[in-house]
Amino acid sequence: MNLQFVVDGLLTGSMIGLGAIGVTLTYSILRFSNFAHGDFMAWGTYATLAVVGAIATMFGKVAPIAPLSFGWPLIVALVVGVAFTALLALLLDKVLFSRLRKQEQAIIVVMGSFGASMALRSLLEFIFTSRPTYFSRAIQIAMPVGFGIRITPDQIALLLLTAALVLGVHLVATRTQTGRSMQAMSQNPALARIAGIDVASVVRVTWVIGAALACVAGVMIGVLVQIRPLMGFDMLLPMFAAAILGGIGSIPGAVLGGLIIGLAEAAAVQLIGAEWRAGVSFIILMAVLIVRPIGLFGVRER
Amino acid sequence: MSEAVLDVSDLEAGYEPGVPIVRGASITVNKGEIVVVLGPNGAGKSSLIKAIAGLVPISRGKVLLDGKDITAAPAHTMVRLGLAFVPQTENVFPRMTVEDNLKVACGIFERRQAPARIEEMYAAFPDLLRQRRTLAGNLSGGQRQMLAVARALIVHPKVLVLDEPSAGLSPKFVSMVFEMLSAIRKSGVTILLVEQNAKAALAIGDRAYVLVEGKERHEGVASTLWDDPVVAELYLGQRPLHKDSARQTGGAA
Repeated sequence: MNLQFVVDGLLTGSMIGLGAIGVTLTYSILRFSNFAHGDFMAWGTYATLAVVGAIATMFGKVAPIAPLSFGWPLIVALVVGVAFTALLALLLDKVLFSRLRKQEQAIIVVMGSFGASMALRSLLEFIFTSRPTYFSRAIQIAMPVGFGIRITPDQIALLLLTAALVLGVHLVATRTQTGRSMQAMSQNPALARIAGIDVASVVRVTWVIGAALACVAGVMIGVLVQIRPLMGFDMLLPMFAAAILGGIGSIPGAVLGGLIIGLAEAAAVQLIGAEWRAGVSFIILMAVLIVRPIGLFGVRER
Repeated sequence: MSEAVLDVSDLEAGYEPGVPIVRGASITVNKGEIVVVLGPNGAGKSSLIKAIAGLVPISRGKVLLDGKDITAAPAHTMVRLGLAFVPQTENVFPRMTVEDNLKVACGIFERRQAPARIEEMYAAFPDLLRQRRTLAGNLSGGQRQMLAVARALIVHPKVLVLDEPSAGLSPKFVSMVFEMLSAIRKSGVTILLVEQNAKAALAIGDRAYVLVEGKERHEGVASTLWDDPVVAELYLGQRPLHKDSARQTGGAA
């Protein structure tokens, strides 16, 4: 058996996990399933791509950083892309979600997010066409690291970035007043207000964190695979499966769920066949809902 | 005799427009007092203090805190203004530790003050210190009420407002809660509470109001109020109030 699927799985899992953090936070704090989350990913990636293009016209060709396939323009562009995606999410909340939330029926907000998802996706196709594109067409040589596993420098860098981001978000969520406010909101919104927590600001932080991580995940997909308007939408099922597998509301759970689904997908591709890839997250999702609906780190609602 | 900390005048409030539950109620809480609001089921007691705390829409009237108009201020600004509210049920964050429950409430003052304030609460409630790492959802009913009160007191409010603190507790905890409130008042905190458990509340209260159909109908000194014939009349047919009062739900009253 070839162990290469472990690297592939961890990488896919990182992208799913970063996206699933946003899904799980939106679900637990804003109390709805945001179907537009995948489209934040795609929009963030295209925004980053546009900034990379702008930098290229301004500064000409910039040499990549030693073993990586990209240079400082992508890093700068990613920061801009993250800010853009966060603003996009805040804007969407202001014009759409905050109004729908007032109806106090989750299904209305869910349907709204479905519509937003389609609109955002079509708009991307309209602006950038549906033809796949890439940050770089350079081919990286994968280094053998033993046990028949090969890994590229880009992959190593992005795995490290994921680990750093997950750790950072986890620390914010558990050690800071902002994080405690978010937990409080997810556990009892009415009491959170009574305790002096400004609900509107917690909502904003939730969107910013979720959208920022979605953008990073999207750019990872762009660097390692390709950029397409549908790239985020295709991640939706695995992201939801990961969030539910990990237990709604749990950040470590979302990441672990993402890694498990990523590894399972990669293993399925190797052992059963590539056409089973998408089915795996669905099977895992169903199995979790039947066997342990609250997920790995979930807590039963009282 | 002394100045009013909380002055509510002619308050009208209700969940739906045009359907007031509180109908022109006026109450005053003076500095250092425990004031009890009594009344039969459905009199609007809970709605009255929820409206004061910014949780039920107000359609008329005024709420003054230390002379400052706080009528219909957003609920999350109330602790900053000096009014701390303890809801009847679900008044702690169940999946947070006792300590995190207290820390959450520290968001309104400077971070470096938080440790001292938390220590102060532990000194006042040693049970909470022993349970500091326990999830609040796993506390006993009495300890949970203690945590809810500590969460409110940690902001050093001008007035502490409680919605039926004894509801749903076993008799042992009921007396514990009232002793706790009595001790809190001795430390200088002004308290307004709504209670179904009239006798126990009047035993620790200074003054009391009887609320009927959303309006205060009677006001008196707590220790003699229970023997007042007018009060008996207002309660008509509902005399044994101290029994079986826990089932009343917060939202409807």
